[in-house]
Amino acid sequence: MKSLAELAAIKEKMQNKVVLREGSSETRVVVGMATCGIAAGARPVLNAFVEEVGAQGLAGNIMVTQTGCIGICQYEPVVEVYEAGKEKITYVKMTPEKAKEVVEKHLKGGKVIDEYTISNV
Amino acid sequence: MKELSLNILDIAKNSVKAGADTVYVTLTETDDTFTMQISDNGCGMKPDFLRTVTDPFSTTRTTRKVGMGIPFLKLAAEQTGGSFSIESKHESDYPGDHGTVTTAVFNKNSIDFTPLGDIVSSVTTLIQGSPDIRWIFSHTSPDNEVSLDTQELKEVLGDVPLDNLEVILWIKGYLEEAYENC
Ligand SMILES: Nc1ncnc2c1ncn2[C@@H]1O[C@H](COP(=O)(O)OP(=O)(O)OP(=O)(O)O)[C@@H](O)[C@H]1O
Ligand code: FES
Ligand SMILES: [Mg+2]
Repeated sequence: MKSLAELAAIKEKMQNKVVLREGSSETRVVVGMATCGIAAGARPVLNAFVEEVGAQGLAGNIMVTQTGCIGICQYEPVVEVYEAGKEKITYVKMTPEKAKEVVEKHLKGGKVIDEYTISNV
Repeated sequence: MKELSLNILDIAKNSVKAGADTVYVTLTETDDTFTMQISDNGCGMKPDFLRTVTDPFSTTRTTRKVGMGIPFLKLAAEQTGGSFSIESKHESDYPGDHGTVTTAVFNKNSIDFTPLGDIVSSVTTLIQGSPDIRWIFSHTSPDNEVSLDTQELKEVLGDVPLDNLEVILWIKGYLEEAYENC
């Protein structure tokens, strides 16, 4: 059974690192979670980003956040990537599989996946 | 919505938008009914506005964008032969005691009843998105009870935020185990 002792251990571990709080990240991944986004499948897309960013060891520099209406219902689930000094990239009609790919190729590898962006639909 | 847990996520997000600092997500089942109640201490709504929210098409659409979340939930509940209600106290009328309670009752035996689906994922999504809110989740049915109060986790975690990845994964594992042991 998961115990609070385990949680206390996580706290110990984190306190020994510099805990990065909101705003300190260079890169932000923003998932649209209005009603239309949720209905179109935004929840598993968000979770895929959170877990894959962690699995790739990027959790310290990349912040995954949620927002409401992005204004383009027909393209949901929509994900925006903001990187310091670069133009915003908007990925559309996302799936958890595409999310993993974006983490690997774009966030980790630095290469935007053009075919998933809004300019390509 | 394909899963009831998605409606729950969506309605609880209204409480986030309303600036609540405490949100109860309470699921109560009997053999025949499933009741979801989301209760918050956010800004609340005035009575006239509240009427337009539950029945958006009865009013002129010019005043604001028509929200779909509440009408979706109301329809989903009523289609099963269940019921829907929303009560709200706006902060200007009730400065010390404002907030909103949204309740939907479903008839589990109806062919139109949508299964709950991945509720663990909805709860972790809410916590990840709004780690500073106190989330009080409980799910009771005749043969099980699963509950989580983020205040208790915060007492252990101190400065470590609830949206820390390892914390989120711990919460996910904790809830999954609690459901398995039911
Ligand atoms: N818990 C709440 N506290 C305060 N206001 C609320 C609450 N729930 C709903 N509202 C008000 O009712 C409106 C309609 O809610 P609804 O969920 O139907 O649509 P929405 O959130 O505006 O948009 P969406 O279609 O993305 O859900 C909200 O915009 C908000 O003004
Ligand atoms: S309501 Fe769909 S993107 Fe805003
Ligand atoms: Mg809503």
